[in-house]
Amino acid sequence: MPDSPTPDSPTPDSPTPDSPTPDPTTPAPNARPPDPPDAATPDAPTPDAPTPGAPTPDALAYELTINGRSHAVPSAWLGESLLYVLRERLGMPGSKNACDQGECGSCSILFDGDLVCACCVMAADAVDADVRTVEGLAPSVGRGDVAPGAGRESDADGEVSDVQQAFLDEGAVQCGFCIPGMIVAVHDLLDHDPAADELRVREALSGNLCRCTGYGRILQAVATVQDRRAGVRP
Amino acid sequence: VSADAVASTTTVPAKVRDLGRGVGRSVDRPDGTPKVTGDFAFSSDLHHDRMLWGRTLRSPHPHARIRSIDTSAAAAMPGVVCVLTADDVPGAKNYGLEHADQPVFAADVVRFHGEAVAAVAAEHPEQALRAIRAIEVDYEVLEPLTDPELAIDADPIHPDGNLFRHLPLRHGDPEATGEVVVEGTYDVGMQDQAFLGPESGLAIPSEDGGVELLISTQWLHVDHGQVAACLGLPPEKVRLTLAGVGGAFGAREDVSLQVHACLLALTTGRPVKIQYSREESFHGHVHRHPARMWFRHHATRDGDLVKVEARLLFDGGAYTSTSPAVLANGVCFAAGPYRVPNAVIEGWAVRTNNPPCGAMRGFGVVQVCFGHEAQMDALAAELGMDPVELRLRNALAPGDRLLTGQVLTGTAPVREVIEACVAHALPPDASADEPMALPGGAGLTAQHGDVRRGTGIAVSIKNLMYAEGFDDDSTAGVRLELGTDGRPTATVHCAAAEVGQGFVTLAQQIVRSELHVDRVVLRPADTGIGSAGSTSASRQTWMSGGAVQLASRAVRQVLLERAAAREGEPVAGARRVRFDLRGDEVVDIDSGVAVPVAELLADGPVEEVGEHHHAPTSPLDEDGQGDAHVSFAFAAHRAVVDVDPDLGLVKVVHIATGQDVGKALNPRAVTGQIEGGIAQGVGLAVMEEIVVDHGRIRNPSFTDYLIPTVLDMPTVAATLIEQPEPGAPYGAKGVGEPPTISSTPAVVAAIRDATGLPLSRVPVRPQDIALAPRARGDTSAPRARGDALAPAPGAEGAP
Repeated sequence: MPDSPTPDSPTPDSPTPDSPTPDPTTPAPNARPPDPPDAATPDAPTPDAPTPGAPTPDALAYELTINGRSHAVPSAWLGESLLYVLRERLGMPGSKNACDQGECGSCSILFDGDLVCACCVMAADAVDADVRTVEGLAPSVGRGDVAPGAGRESDADGEVSDVQQAFLDEGAVQCGFCIPGMIVAVHDLLDHDPAADELRVREALSGNLCRCTGYGRILQAVATVQDRRAGVRP
Repeated sequence: VSADAVASTTTVPAKVRDLGRGVGRSVDRPDGTPKVTGDFAFSSDLHHDRMLWGRTLRSPHPHARIRSIDTSAAAAMPGVVCVLTADDVPGAKNYGLEHADQPVFAADVVRFHGEAVAAVAAEHPEQALRAIRAIEVDYEVLEPLTDPELAIDADPIHPDGNLFRHLPLRHGDPEATGEVVVEGTYDVGMQDQAFLGPESGLAIPSEDGGVELLISTQWLHVDHGQVAACLGLPPEKVRLTLAGVGGAFGAREDVSLQVHACLLALTTGRPVKIQYSREESFHGHVHRHPARMWFRHHATRDGDLVKVEARLLFDGGAYTSTSPAVLANGVCFAAGPYRVPNAVIEGWAVRTNNPPCGAMRGFGVVQVCFGHEAQMDALAAELGMDPVELRLRNALAPGDRLLTGQVLTGTAPVREVIEACVAHALPPDASADEPMALPGGAGLTAQHGDVRRGTGIAVSIKNLMYAEGFDDDSTAGVRLELGTDGRPTATVHCAAAEVGQGFVTLAQQIVRSELHVDRVVLRPADTGIGSAGSTSASRQTWMSGGAVQLASRAVRQVLLERAAAREGEPVAGARRVRFDLRGDEVVDIDSGVAVPVAELLADGPVEEVGEHHHAPTSPLDEDGQGDAHVSFAFAAHRAVVDVDPDLGLVKVVHIATGQDVGKALNPRAVTGQIEGGIAQGVGLAVMEEIVVDHGRIRNPSFTDYLIPTVLDMPTVAATLIEQPEPGAPYGAKGVGEPPTISSTPAVVAAIRDATGLPLSRVPVRPQDIALAPRARGDTSAPRARGDALAPAPGAEGAP
């Protein structure tokens, strides 16, 4: 062993290799800083943090507007991300958690019309915001009819958006973990830049990691949506 | 894939269903709709109203003795229900895929950074996180063993010693020499599978004192055996069901949170969910083995390979996992898909205090392919021969022998994959008008005039399925009955793990083709039926596809017998079958009488189980000889790159490939496997590496461990070579691994072509290019560096 090890200097500030959780006394970084809660939401939760070491999950009650519907969050800890509240408190697990730091795009949502990672938004900062998730793209699709881990016979397809349909038609889905976030990002791109060329599409989707597909079928699906919207392909 | 390249295989008719949804069609996934809507339940999406959150305390040290653990402060914290350490493990203290040498919780010694030490369950995930931070572990820090070259002679860091396997291979005349000799040493860094869905599972205690575990895994039954043993429960009290799996690529073969979650659930009497963060995921599963490899290739002046010598050192990290089998793949395929009459190969897989390594797509072959393909380029340069011509000249063909002495009895279209690969058109030159498409991408760092283009080729061989005498099997049940609407409905029950590859689609296609029934329902994969084996080794299409086929054919036979019984005739006469399933009727060929299947099912459902085994294999003998493998798949890749040598930046522009698939059962899904596999190969070539510094992982995040984005991913042009494989159901070979194997060396060969640098290590980092001594104009591949692996004159033995 030529080099001397440094056994007494583990990862700074972290006695374990776990992700450092934001100190509840300091605000977490936001991907897109929302309006100051005081100005926008007079009844916003107080910024007082729970006692360190004793998070108090029932500290706050607030309401969020998700996909045009109001949802009560009756008791939540201030430190919870919007992603956590969507998934664990509001029963909307369509937005996925793959990196917890805004790198992978699996939790992509629209926050007042901006594409953001829900893991990087504090839920309490989303009060009075218009939040759109993958669950809002295909309004009539039911929930909870899929056995865990199992496929289902696909004759009973629910209603899907044109982007979702193109992903199915072009074989863009493998494990599918990145797909809800990817589809939200594609909708956002094509809403703003319907005729985006391939390089622009790649740039726009470069914040959405996929590990299964190599992106080839995803790019094909985007092109298919563009063609169908332009009426050049059925 | 460029549209023209695979138009014949990937263009999907708008109304696929009208053309049938059986084998050979690009049929839609049955789980596709819920996956695009967000309804599909991945393991991390599982929720139970009374559930607790589990969290694992992991060692901050790569090597330390545990003097004491004080959990009292953690246990007293609000919301904390339970804290467990090694003392609380009721059954076996260790688990492992091939050899149970990894502790459920470290008891006395921690052997890698991130090893599990304790676990807690709490009402809220934040409470669980704070609780593990409040556990006081008194460590006596020990010197970590992190250099694999020192492992064999070092003091053992585990009671089972530091050598997982030593495997020599001698083939032909070990003294043979060639007129032309090239030699080189190569390194492969530690790659991570980096599936998108981190490890997660939900354990639910059951009333009989047992436990149900909903888990994302690659092999339910091998998890089941390890979990039951560690819990000290009889197997029937532990039931596993596959939860939605967010990718796997080898990282879910080993147990991660399975025992911890079950133990917390049994101790608390409440459901417990564990969901790893990305950082914990990097610590919580095995990685691709880093390897150091020395090669010496001998050839005639005409370019015929005479002998390959190699010495391979794989760093297995702290625990065994699949190291012995990974090493065997490296040794057996050290020379690649070429005819080599003489070989002397020696491999070692060793234990260190680095993170444990095990299965990842390509499984030991990825490492040696990087080496043997660099050697082939070096040999071509030495011979003054075109690299493609050299490979074609030595390409394996049916009837040739592998290094193991095994004769290739199946299909081996090596020449065909190479020719198809290089037949693809080259991409246009980099455009000054698209600066974002240059190396550095959106950073707009490269100047068009500085960019150099390079092209490289690489070819690979990969064994399919398990090897060395393992009696691999898979079980599937197929039930055919009338649905509530009176239509025949088939239900498939198979424990094969769907991890994204599309087995669920294929199972439906097979049943449709065999039973002509359109409605095929899949039961959840669980331990309520026999094992399907692992979703790995490119084996599920062959093995579980085969089991579904067998079960379907047994059901079909019962239908024929029912029809025959109605006629009072035997199904088959002395000379031929008299009854046949045609469309949705069973037809008496002699009388012309046809009975609808629906009518035959009025007598009751038909349910049959198929158990599929592949042809037996043999162990390797003391010289590494034997018919150890079942079947082989081949692929060739040609990479085109643009490089800015001053900045060290690489843009992979284009990958062309020819791949031996046997028969494409779902061409669109095959294309997806090829493109996805190439992405992982490109990642290893130019960006992906777990940086391990004195045993510590320095980049356990997607901020610091980079996987290809859609901007990094080149255009792919693929040609599928279809030569049905004898003995394989429908002639299909597994397709998942080959794309990952030779894409990496092809990219590096292209960078060498662009820069003239030897580049003997992957991933190729910017500093490997920008800070390397310039060797412009010299396009030869790597040369020897006088490395420790190279045998000293007259000395053989440990590296």
